[in-house]
Amino acid sequence: MTGDPAAQPKFLSGNEAVAWGARLARPHVIAAYPITPQTTVIERLADWVAEGSLASEFLHVESEHSALSACMGASALGARTFTATSSQGLLYMAECLTYASGGRFPIVMMNANRALALPWNIYGDQQDSLALVSSGWIQLYIEDAQEALDLTLQAFAIAEHPEVLTPVMLNLDGFVLTHTYEPVAVPSQEAVDAFLAPFETPNKMSLTHPVNMGFTAGPAHYTEFKVQQHRAMKNALKVAADVGRDFARHFGRDHGGAVVPYLCEDAEVVLVTLGSVAGTVREVVDELRSRGQAVGMLKLRILRPFPERHLLQAIGRCKSVGVLEKDVSFGYQGAVFSDVAAALSGQGSKPMLRNFVAGLGGRDISRDDVRAMFAMLQSACDQTGESRLHFVGVEESTHA
Amino acid sequence: MAKPYVRAYVRPNSLAGYPTGPCFTAGHLAETNAAWRSERPVLTLERCNACLRCYLACPDGAVLLRGRSIDIDYDFCKGCGLCVRECGTHALEMVPENRKGEKK
Repeated sequence: MTGDPAAQPKFLSGNEAVAWGARLARPHVIAAYPITPQTTVIERLADWVAEGSLASEFLHVESEHSALSACMGASALGARTFTATSSQGLLYMAECLTYASGGRFPIVMMNANRALALPWNIYGDQQDSLALVSSGWIQLYIEDAQEALDLTLQAFAIAEHPEVLTPVMLNLDGFVLTHTYEPVAVPSQEAVDAFLAPFETPNKMSLTHPVNMGFTAGPAHYTEFKVQQHRAMKNALKVAADVGRDFARHFGRDHGGAVVPYLCEDAEVVLVTLGSVAGTVREVVDELRSRGQAVGMLKLRILRPFPERHLLQAIGRCKSVGVLEKDVSFGYQGAVFSDVAAALSGQGSKPMLRNFVAGLGGRDISRDDVRAMFAMLQSACDQTGESRLHFVGVEESTHA
Repeated sequence: MAKPYVRAYVRPNSLAGYPTGPCFTAGHLAETNAAWRSERPVLTLERCNACLRCYLACPDGAVLLRGRSIDIDYDFCKGCGLCVRECGTHALEMVPENRKGEKK
């Protein structure tokens, strides 16, 4: 590992780390609309453009729908584009999400994970991005500020890879990660330029090679385009691993692969989770391990494409698997749990499964909550159907 | 002015024949687009004084310049008759499709 001796240590929030990542990627166009808790990402970028230290076009659009539309227009000219949003803003641009993925525009977007209305709530959970998990975007979930900066850079390399050409959504837990300050090594521009090549694509408007873009495909052809999209998405797993290794060579930091197992090799009980709560779970795993309990954690860093093989390799032999997530697909179970359970259903030895839905609307997930989850996972009784789902911290009956 | 080149449509026979996303050289939309025409404008060259009002009036670009006169692109002419209405010398007349090529 060579590292980056010219890197600068800074004290940054998760949002500021994303802004630095976007800045260092030298996007031609940034189009965004402010929304809590994403606002400070684009405030920082707008400041830099205004003072002249960032040579990007900053488009002050009137909505999130327009933000992503503007990014697509710029991307159709071969521009590197960046945007950021959150919650209701992400849902407002939902129509454009499938346009961007179907049009194969490799836009990078940061999403500050935040609860969805109603009731109105500006705090963090993962209901927003998981509601759009099938929109054709690569979804990455980030744990800390350094990873936020590093993955913003990697996201451009993944999205723009010719075998991928698919937009990337970087997900940061609202407030817990977006507004928490941590020491971050900010790479030098020279090191980033050596890592991230300028965006090149044959899929763009050109006076010398005019093309028809964003056209119609009827029943005879539509499926073929969707199969291509699916395969490009699958390619992203290998490309993301390659990009991660390349990043480690340039900067000396490796945040792990599509999944990051923690003490899973000999674990009988594993809690699968994603995002910043992984830090809390890791601490509880350490504590329970010190008491001789065979527990572990599996962090999902990439949710789409779903890293099924990686997950099975890491936890396929566990006796009991829980999934902790900040969302629920009303009327069934957590969206991540459905994915994990489907992956594990092909196994010979099926582990017991439980789904912990917690942290909705920004409610804290405490160590005590996580200890209780592990205790439930260690209890022998088999749980099937609806009783596999637990809303953490909700009292079902009153004791008046 | 040359007629715009419209590439023949060849249906891809496998996934590999498709472009990466909906982005490809134009020309696959239609080779002809005139199936519903019931009458066609027919030119009597001797009466044409090359004023080109028909050329300007055609909403479909189906009137082509040809030397000092015009020609009609029957692959795209919808038979609306605007060119006939605009023609000051009666060089253009509408002829029912069931009398193809006949002139009075």
